[in-house]
Amino acid sequence: MGGLQKKKFERGSATNYITRNKARKKLSLSLPDFRRLCILKGIYPHEPKHKKKVNKGSTAARTFYLLKDIRFLLHEPIVRKFREYKIFVRKLKRAYGKTEWSSVERLRENKPTYKLDHIIKERYPSFIDALRDIDDSLCMCFLFSTFARTGKCHVQTIQLCRRLTVEWINFVIASRALRKVFISIKGLYYQAEVMGQLITWLVPYQFSHDHPTDVDYRVMATFTELYTTLLGFVNFRLYHSLNLQYPPKLDSKTELELKEEEDYAMNSECYLEKLSALSSSLARVVSTAEEEETQLDQFPVEGEDIENMAAMEKEQKQLESQKKLFEGLKFFLNREVPRESLAFVIRCFGGEASWDKSVCIGSTYEMTDETVTHQIVDRPTVDKRYINRYYIQPQWVYDCVNAKVLLPVEDYFIGVTLPPHLSPFVEEKDGDYVPPEKLKIMALQRGEKPAHSQEEEEEEEEEEDESAEEDEGEDDEEEEAEKNLKEMEKQKSQGKSLQVKVTPGKMKVEDSARLEQEEKAEEKRLAIMMMKKKEKYLYNKIMFGKKRKIREANKLAAKRKAHDDAEKSKKKKARK
Amino acid sequence: MEERRRGNMRSKELTDGEEPKKASRKTVKKRRNGEEEEEEEEQDEIFNFNKKPAEEDEEDDDADLSDSEDSVYSGLEDSGSDSDDEEEDEDQKEDEEGVTAEKEEDEEGVTAEKEEDEYERDSSDEEDIRNTVGNVPMEWYKDFPHIGYDLDGKKIYKPIRNKDELDDFLDKMENPDYWRTVHDKLTGSDIVLSDEQVALVNRLQRGQFGDVGFDEYQPQVEFFSNDVMIHPVTNRPAHKRSFIPSLIEKEKVSKLVHAIKMGWIKPRRVEDDTRGRYYDLWAGEDSSILARHRMHLPAPKIPLPGHQESYNPPPEYLFTDEERALWDQQDPSDRKVPFVPGRFPSLRQVPAFPRFIHERFERCLDLYLCPRQRKMRVNVDPEDLIPKLPKPKDLQPFPTTQSLVYRGHTGLVRSISASPSGQWLASGSDDGSVRLWEVCSSRCVATVQVGGAVKSVAWNPNPSVCLLAVALDTVVLILSHSLADRQVISSSERLLSRPLEAAPTDGVESVFWSEGEGHELGQGVRLKITHPKAVHQVVWHAKGDYLASVMPDHSSHLQVLIHQVSRRRSQNPFRRNKGLVQCVSFHPIRPYFFVATQRSVRIYNLVKQEMTKKLQVNSKWISSMAVHPGGDHVICGSYDCRLSWFDLDLSTKPYKMLRHHKKAVRGVAYHRLYPLFASASDDGSVIVCHGTVYSDLLQNPLIVPVKVLRGHVITHDLGVLDVTFHPSQPWIFSSGADATIRLFT
Repeated sequence: MGGLQKKKFERGSATNYITRNKARKKLSLSLPDFRRLCILKGIYPHEPKHKKKVNKGSTAARTFYLLKDIRFLLHEPIVRKFREYKIFVRKLKRAYGKTEWSSVERLRENKPTYKLDHIIKERYPSFIDALRDIDDSLCMCFLFSTFARTGKCHVQTIQLCRRLTVEWINFVIASRALRKVFISIKGLYYQAEVMGQLITWLVPYQFSHDHPTDVDYRVMATFTELYTTLLGFVNFRLYHSLNLQYPPKLDSKTELELKEEEDYAMNSECYLEKLSALSSSLARVVSTAEEEETQLDQFPVEGEDIENMAAMEKEQKQLESQKKLFEGLKFFLNREVPRESLAFVIRCFGGEASWDKSVCIGSTYEMTDETVTHQIVDRPTVDKRYINRYYIQPQWVYDCVNAKVLLPVEDYFIGVTLPPHLSPFVEEKDGDYVPPEKLKIMALQRGEKPAHSQEEEEEEEEEEDESAEEDEGEDDEEEEAEKNLKEMEKQKSQGKSLQVKVTPGKMKVEDSARLEQEEKAEEKRLAIMMMKKKEKYLYNKIMFGKKRKIREANKLAAKRKAHDDAEKSKKKKARK
Repeated sequence: MEERRRGNMRSKELTDGEEPKKASRKTVKKRRNGEEEEEEEEQDEIFNFNKKPAEEDEEDDDADLSDSEDSVYSGLEDSGSDSDDEEEDEDQKEDEEGVTAEKEEDEEGVTAEKEEDEYERDSSDEEDIRNTVGNVPMEWYKDFPHIGYDLDGKKIYKPIRNKDELDDFLDKMENPDYWRTVHDKLTGSDIVLSDEQVALVNRLQRGQFGDVGFDEYQPQVEFFSNDVMIHPVTNRPAHKRSFIPSLIEKEKVSKLVHAIKMGWIKPRRVEDDTRGRYYDLWAGEDSSILARHRMHLPAPKIPLPGHQESYNPPPEYLFTDEERALWDQQDPSDRKVPFVPGRFPSLRQVPAFPRFIHERFERCLDLYLCPRQRKMRVNVDPEDLIPKLPKPKDLQPFPTTQSLVYRGHTGLVRSISASPSGQWLASGSDDGSVRLWEVCSSRCVATVQVGGAVKSVAWNPNPSVCLLAVALDTVVLILSHSLADRQVISSSERLLSRPLEAAPTDGVESVFWSEGEGHELGQGVRLKITHPKAVHQVVWHAKGDYLASVMPDHSSHLQVLIHQVSRRRSQNPFRRNKGLVQCVSFHPIRPYFFVATQRSVRIYNLVKQEMTKKLQVNSKWISSMAVHPGGDHVICGSYDCRLSWFDLDLSTKPYKMLRHHKKAVRGVAYHRLYPLFASASDDGSVIVCHGTVYSDLLQNPLIVPVKVLRGHVITHDLGVLDVTFHPSQPWIFSSGADATIRLFT
């Protein structure tokens, strides 16, 4: 035989992975620095397929990085910056200790900084990649922009986040890319379609945050550092794709109007405030009046493709109509409604929005304006009402956007109990539970007019009453039958001879369809018996999941029914 | 600084020079007990800094010359004296002398002061000099007659105070100068301040200069001004150092230069404001770095919210009380939804979400800490997993419905057997009887009480004879009865009526053959084969002459016996114990013998007398075995719910394991003509399978379950105990623990 003895764990998957500590040592970085580097470079641990093999026979819990990843990190210029920063901190400490203030100042001036541009380019080689991954960065920036400017992180970061988010919002308005909105208990979800990518982000409600103590803000800050860079570049590119100026400039018309309000805030923040007012359109590099509507070219197609094309065209049309949902409507936002969110949504769909001058800069018309069609109110009553406008609650706007049609305003008037707000992100497959409200909206989308609901209800009630009576009748019959049976049993037990009666027999009608079904079921059962063990396990698992889904749907339906019944009985009582 | 120090020194010298004189004068003064003098002295003391040195000198010289001598001498004498008495005496004398001298002097002095100037002499630090106790609390001297020591070390006595409170009060009331009387702690005497002194105190209190004549606003002479003067302020020539370049500076500069050269000190950096400045990063998109590496797994996106998360969800999504309680109880990782759904009547009432930052943070952690792994999710349609089998309908005939139930037994029916003609069915039960049933009518035609639980019954497969073998306890009975044709009966009689031969010589001594007698004969028992041990199973050879009986026993090689009915002979085919024998079977065509032990089936060639094959059943405990009428296939049922099908030509491992039953398989059977086999189990069901065996060796047998037959009631955890097919029809009989036999057609 001869030859060298093969050593264990020197080939195969064991050589592809490296534990975290080893990686850290290889890079000669401290753990926090290593973490920062991983965050910035997007390096994450991998779960090896055979953990024991990779772990050299041990089963201890360890995190593994790909060795390739770590080698890749070795060449990162930022690692050197980290080391420089470490040295800087050490020098600064020393200078402080020696109270050499001049050298402290000098060191501070030369504080090492780094840029993340190359990392962004590396992590997202194409622009679409960056767009695909922008969800998290948007969420984070929106969160940071709502932080108070004291404490938890640098003011500059907060300001930058605010600036970037305002830019993003303005871009979405300009491109009319918003598709779905959802008011959840966590915050407001928005979904926009930018360059074919669906981008979802969550904006917290405008409250001051109760900062938790068990959250490491350094980690969040590192992420934000990366995300702001990414979002900035994405914004730049997006603005240029629409021929908009970047950094964003307001339209020259509105700029003039806003000049009058110069004394609103500090000059540095003034422009951002004006931008965030969302009341005016942005300046373009090339001043084209409007974008031309892109028409889908007709291609000669065959067979199934025709249907597909038709469906696509239809979708396109629907999209166009959705984009112009609020066109021609003038909204006035009362001071108690979330101004920024509503203005954003309304402007995204072509509506006009204004507010009281004291609420925010950039209001374009007064409440007294006669042409206002909708006033959005979130209070129980309003003192002075104008006759030619609807007073509606803010949910109407969001529901309209999700339904893609203007919903009837009656359900959303002041003081009316609102219909449930449904998530637009749920797409029910058959078998899933669909709440009745969704069905109603779907009917509206199809263009069916809802019948007068009240009458319907009454009719339903009457019918139900009748049916209930019938039920009772049936119940009686059943009870009688049961009584008879019981008597018979008694007689049996007493050993008395039964009163022999001959009743004309009924012909049993064999339901052929049912028989067939049964047969098929039996066949299936037998076939399942013949399955292999492995497949049977998989099959059982799938079936279990299916059954659970059905069970859950049934549970929801039952809950709904119980609730509706309770409501009805309450109503009845109230009527009586 | 220098000059001031020098000045101080000078003044010290001055005072040093004066000190002895003053001291002496004071001691002299001290000895007088008059208040006026004291007052004067105080006055001097206070004004001492105002006195002009010149006048002072003149005056003092005159005044001190006279008494200084005196005091000096007296002091010397004092220090030199030993006894106190003398001292006192001398003191008194001196006092007297001094008094006179001082009085004269003072009178002169006072007049001089008043006439000329208030600064007539210098008495600075007079008090400190007089009492040398230092800065100690004066209460320490409370209990002593003296109050301190003068410069010469002599005690200074307290003035005699005989004033009490009343005197003090009277003094206060009557004395017009009381308000300006001050008590001097060091001397213990009272001092009345003069008008000037009072004025001075007032001035000081107001924050003014003590000197009345001092002009605080006199014009200042500017020495250092912007005007260049002709003359220097000081006339000192410049120091030599100012002409020589500084070495220290040179060293410092060279150090800086070196540091700059080495790059230790960097020039001030230009403020970098490119951080917030963006450009078109993806301007030149090249695909060179597109594939970083293949192992990149993008992080999954956050799942989108459902209806449940709405601020105003449909009512069915809200928690009921129980669900809420459950949610509270559950560990955060077990919860289905990480939040409690809530309903708010209007948007303005929606509060901030308290865990918002937490959730974002957790997302961050997931992004950089969570190990990622690519998991292939099988998106299988479950229907595809179900094997495509031929429809049972196409595989007919097979038994489908229960058509007859044979009732009559009172104990569980252990074994059944159908006659080769298919007309009769024999059954043996625990109630100690063997019953013969007519198959078509379910009528019990005969009952044979054998007096013991029947373990096994077997009908002779030879259609020309009509014999039934019954195993109970240690006996195998051979019954013959009058149910069959006369011809058949006669042929079976012929078989049985062979003369008894000599005792078996094959080494089986303990087996006895005997004829049935008495009423047994009336019941049809023709032969009795008594075994040494309890018999569990009895099996006929296909030709109907040989009979095998099984006596399971761990420790003996005598477990299986083969009897020849025609010659009434028994033999033990095995010499060695190979395990607990469960059941045996003859090969239908060839001279093979199957023996099933607990975990394997052995096949023996009876002619060559050797083992040909050993089948490995992958189960724990074989319960039953059946051989295909073709002889190439064997099925084994086991107590661990399995049924294994062996293809003898293929392998010694089972060709197929069928796990159809939920409980132990008790019996298995092949149909003689149709491609059917059945298994009976403790779960109360009989499963009929279609098992086609092809004559082509390359084609594997096709096994399809076609029917699950139910009917037996499970009693004492036992369901169906035995199963057998009708010899010619596709019917199946099953016997159960509920004391019934059922026919499925």
